[in-house]
Amino acid sequence: MNEAWRGRVGMIGLIIVESSLFAVFVVAYLAYLGKSLNGPYPQDVLELPIFNTVCLLSSSITIALAVRALRRGMLRRAGLWFLVTTVLGAVFLVGTAREWWRLIVGHGLTIGTNLFGTPFYSLVGLHASHVTVGLVILTLLCVFAFSGALARHVERAEIASWYWHFVDCVWVVVFTVVYVIGR
Amino acid sequence: MSVLSETLVRRQGTAAHRLTLGLLHDWVVTVDHKRLGIMYVVTALVFMVIAGLEASTMRLQLAWSGLHVVPPETFNRFFTMHGTTMVFLFGIPLVFGFGNYLVPLMIGSRDLAFPRLNAFGFWVFLFGGILLYFSFIGGDGLYGAGSAPAVGWFAYAPLTARAFTRGNATDYWILAILVSGFGTIATAINLVTTILTMRGPGMTLRRMPIFVWEMLTVSALTLIILPPLSAAQIMLLLDRFLGAHFFDTQAGASAVMWQHFFWFFGHPEVYVLILPGFGFASEIIPVFSRKVVFGYVTLVAASVGIGLIAMSTWAHHMFVVGMGSTLNAAFAASTMLVGVPTGIKIFNWLGTMYGGKIRFSTPMLFCCAFLFQFLCAGLTGIMLSAAPFDWQLSDSYFVVAHFHFTLIGGLVFTAFAAMYYWFPKVTGRMLSERLGRWHFWLFVVGFNLTFLTMHVPGLLGMPRRIYTYAGDRGWEIWNLIATLGVPLQVLAILIFVVNIGVSLRRGAPAGDDPWDAWTLEWATTSPPPPYNFEVVPVVSSRRPLWDLKHPDDPDGPHE
Repeated sequence: MNEAWRGRVGMIGLIIVESSLFAVFVVAYLAYLGKSLNGPYPQDVLELPIFNTVCLLSSSITIALAVRALRRGMLRRAGLWFLVTTVLGAVFLVGTAREWWRLIVGHGLTIGTNLFGTPFYSLVGLHASHVTVGLVILTLLCVFAFSGALARHVERAEIASWYWHFVDCVWVVVFTVVYVIGR
Repeated sequence: MSVLSETLVRRQGTAAHRLTLGLLHDWVVTVDHKRLGIMYVVTALVFMVIAGLEASTMRLQLAWSGLHVVPPETFNRFFTMHGTTMVFLFGIPLVFGFGNYLVPLMIGSRDLAFPRLNAFGFWVFLFGGILLYFSFIGGDGLYGAGSAPAVGWFAYAPLTARAFTRGNATDYWILAILVSGFGTIATAINLVTTILTMRGPGMTLRRMPIFVWEMLTVSALTLIILPPLSAAQIMLLLDRFLGAHFFDTQAGASAVMWQHFFWFFGHPEVYVLILPGFGFASEIIPVFSRKVVFGYVTLVAASVGIGLIAMSTWAHHMFVVGMGSTLNAAFAASTMLVGVPTGIKIFNWLGTMYGGKIRFSTPMLFCCAFLFQFLCAGLTGIMLSAAPFDWQLSDSYFVVAHFHFTLIGGLVFTAFAAMYYWFPKVTGRMLSERLGRWHFWLFVVGFNLTFLTMHVPGLLGMPRRIYTYAGDRGWEIWNLIATLGVPLQVLAILIFVVNIGVSLRRGAPAGDDPWDAWTLEWATTSPPPPYNFEVVPVVSSRRPLWDLKHPDDPDGPHE
């Protein structure tokens, strides 16, 4: 196999590890659904984060466009798409922060309030922490695309984009479990 | 004159000083898979000695009823530290250390896929190990020295809740294992990638040495099973520090949840430890029987099969929890199912030895003992997999005897075999056969004296993790015999350490291929150069070195 596969297999390995990690938090969320002894309950306080979800899911498309531009050697264009992706990710993170602000200050729901708060903040927070790591990677990609250094490392940019796609996929699961099934 | 010699001495002194510093620097900054492999194995052995001493103290305490060798709190800390150390700081680094050293050599590669990640994995693991042992002085925040985690190696909820274990000892346990787990995951990703993408010319998957297959299975398994432990530990940290309620029954949560998460890791983990042991045996037995391994494909299929079934057996650790008969039956069945591929392997090894020209060198002696003892462990395993039988004996010394037969009989014996077998490759010198035989016989007798005997007090109802017991139960004589096995094992390990020390200086030079073996690592010099092979040999069968030595009768057409 050629050298390119080394990075790809490594990233697939990391994605398997992360999937396993998230699976346990999802299982805990589902297992404790409706077991909380006191409020606030999910149906009382959760709102569907539609705008957030649209932002994050469309960032998967923009990063794919960035990698495609990079493959064609259009560095500036790739950099711009990476920038758009970073902004979309940041908007998602701000959205999560606003949601948490509302829940904590408005409804008094913290991780220690009840058996809804505990798995909710852990699962959503674990995902948000992955988004944060993704934003660091995206910022670097942006900088290196504009500086031109990325021209020699198209493969690495593509592998990094796999991580971002994975973070997106996890959000689909979290969205379904927390906001659709759990509400 | 004297001034001159003084300067000379001083200059030599600084030179030696510089040499030591230089060597230390070389080892600290190295990213070479061979050096990291050696560091893993040596660290593992150091932790084995520490955990062995803890176990010896416990055996002394239990030798007779009503003894007070150590205070009860210390006893609890010792069994916790012993279990944790043996699994996370001896077993895992030993297995991945051998994988680190051998896999690139066996598949004809110059290094692992991500050498720097490899170094990161080792140092993070070492940091975790030191953090765990730092808890002895830091567990109560330095002023109350002598504290350490005392919640057992599987740290069941709700014992680990803030209310029941105060101080920071349990937090040290969580963080140390969490951190060393990250190192293990990094190494596992590294090995999977290396095996899948960096095999030398002609080294197809169907020609890979069995040990490499075992490491591939084990590493892939690690990717799936270790994160749940990390997740559970993160939850426990949240419970302990942020007042979350993951395992808090008062808030409506379930303490059994921890058991599910822990054993989903914990049970496959024993296969992570044992499969590389099978790999050692599968490399060593053919070479010392002078025959091709019997049933290569079935052996590989059995290994991968064990890896897959391993993930569906975890709740057999929880039969006494009261899961209901459906779940009990399902987990009993899947547990018994593991016996099938394991049984296939036993026949593979017997078939390899059958009709062979067996050389009973030390590595082969350890492998033979492994066959008997692992069979014994498998039989008690099948007994315990029947839920009603387990209800009777769960958490008794019968279980303790069972898993020590699995892990010592399975992993430690084959690991000793591996050390005698590959020591010449790693150092360029042979280990002494005479001392090796003393090591072997003392260890076999000592091990069986301790752990074969231990089945009996278990059957008589002696629970594990008790500090002491009343004198009217008929347990004393069995415990005394079990304890009498300890000095023999200690002596055996001492002889092994002496053997390493003596052989490093005065062992017979090994040459490239002292055992007349067939896998690629023996094609290069002993010790191998940093780049492993001057020219990576082209592989055309499962025994590339046989083909090189016998160009008139290559293996290829017979496979």
